[in-house]
Amino acid sequence: MAADLGFSALLKRDLKLAFRQKSDVINPLMFFVMVITLFPLGISPDPNELAVIAPGVVWVAALLASMLSMENMFRSDFDDGSLERMLVSPLPGFLIALAKVINHFLVTGLPLVIVSPVLAYMLNMPSEAYGVMMITLLLGLPTLSLVGAIGSALTVGLKRGALLLPLLVIPLFIPVLIFGTGAVQGVIVDQPVSGQLSILAALLLFSLASAPFACAASLKISMGNG
Amino acid sequence: MTEYLSVKNVLIERDDRLLFKGLDFTLSSGEVIQLVGRNGSGKTSLIRTLLGLMPDFEGDLFWKGQPLYQQRDDFFSHLLYLGHKPSIKSALTAKENLEWLVAPYGGVSETQIESALSQVGLRGYEDVECHSMSAGQNRRVALAQLYLLDLPVWILDEPFTAIDLSGVAQLEARIAEHAAQGGAVILTTHHVLDIPTVKRVNLDDYMPGAHASGGDHGG
Repeated sequence: MAADLGFSALLKRDLKLAFRQKSDVINPLMFFVMVITLFPLGISPDPNELAVIAPGVVWVAALLASMLSMENMFRSDFDDGSLERMLVSPLPGFLIALAKVINHFLVTGLPLVIVSPVLAYMLNMPSEAYGVMMITLLLGLPTLSLVGAIGSALTVGLKRGALLLPLLVIPLFIPVLIFGTGAVQGVIVDQPVSGQLSILAALLLFSLASAPFACAASLKISMGNG
Repeated sequence: MTEYLSVKNVLIERDDRLLFKGLDFTLSSGEVIQLVGRNGSGKTSLIRTLLGLMPDFEGDLFWKGQPLYQQRDDFFSHLLYLGHKPSIKSALTAKENLEWLVAPYGGVSETQIESALSQVGLRGYEDVECHSMSAGQNRRVALAQLYLLDLPVWILDEPFTAIDLSGVAQLEARIAEHAAQGGAVILTTHHVLDIPTVKRVNLDDYMPGAHASGGDHGG
């Protein structure tokens, strides 16, 4: 009961902070749009060539954009003492982690999913693939937030952890990227994609069941060093 | 009288430097313990160890007679901890900050928050964002929790930082009142407290002899 209250209060607090400071919402979105805009300029404006690379470009850009704000998932709470305070409250650590992950997905991931069809159109992706692309992003980006939260929690106590985080988490993002782009490409060449989508869903469920606990343990380690 | 916390023969090292050893004390209901000691003597380290945030130590810690680290859930649901950073979000208003701070302990109403804020001298600041308040006012927002939550054990790390004289006197009165009502308080501060029942634990007394000659190392 009290834990529910604490969880929803934390979620509400973080959403309020995100929409008051805005940069957490706008920066990843701008990054996503700008990176994708560069590809036609850098590679070729030829629509057929762009259609071939479109699934991969959208997915890689979404992955990097989502990582942009990952480093800050726990940073400001660590700096102002609120993280310490949360960890010694009756709110269990995995619920703190889960609230942070949900917030990261809602603030960073969901806007990317929403604008992705516009960018796919710009890259001349066949329109029948839009639906599957959005589904892969909806399944994949929360997985990235969950896995990234562990890395973010581990590096939050370090003074110069900025480059360590990508090194830690990008290898773990690779399966999501492979199955995400694989499914979108499958639709384009008219192959069944339910296999890839099932694997993406399985990855999401697996990380949902394990990452919050790993993240809570990582936070304790980081506090011990801080 | 409940014995809440007991610290038995505790030794804490930080970065290979021995801070203190053989530390013993108990915290029972009705008691106020003031941790004192020079800068760097390990007051905050001791508090972080009690909270399980710095779990490397030797010795025994007990919560109501049971090993503390096995009783964390019970300990945390009876503990109000105010750290030396006020844990106030500057982009949120005073009221919004208190809402998230007290939510894990059960709900409080808006009028309760307003009355707690007026008791720390922040009437009219309920909807002011904390970045436009002074450091002392931010600290007062955090201290409003002392009027808002009904928890027996308080651990306060430097609660008087940035607080003006009348605020300090009021805070001392609140701490004394809490102890008189059966609560228990551990606090660190360099102020001489105007609370008659206060028990002082000086960490310098538990400093290893080899280091006693030089008080200027580390810090």
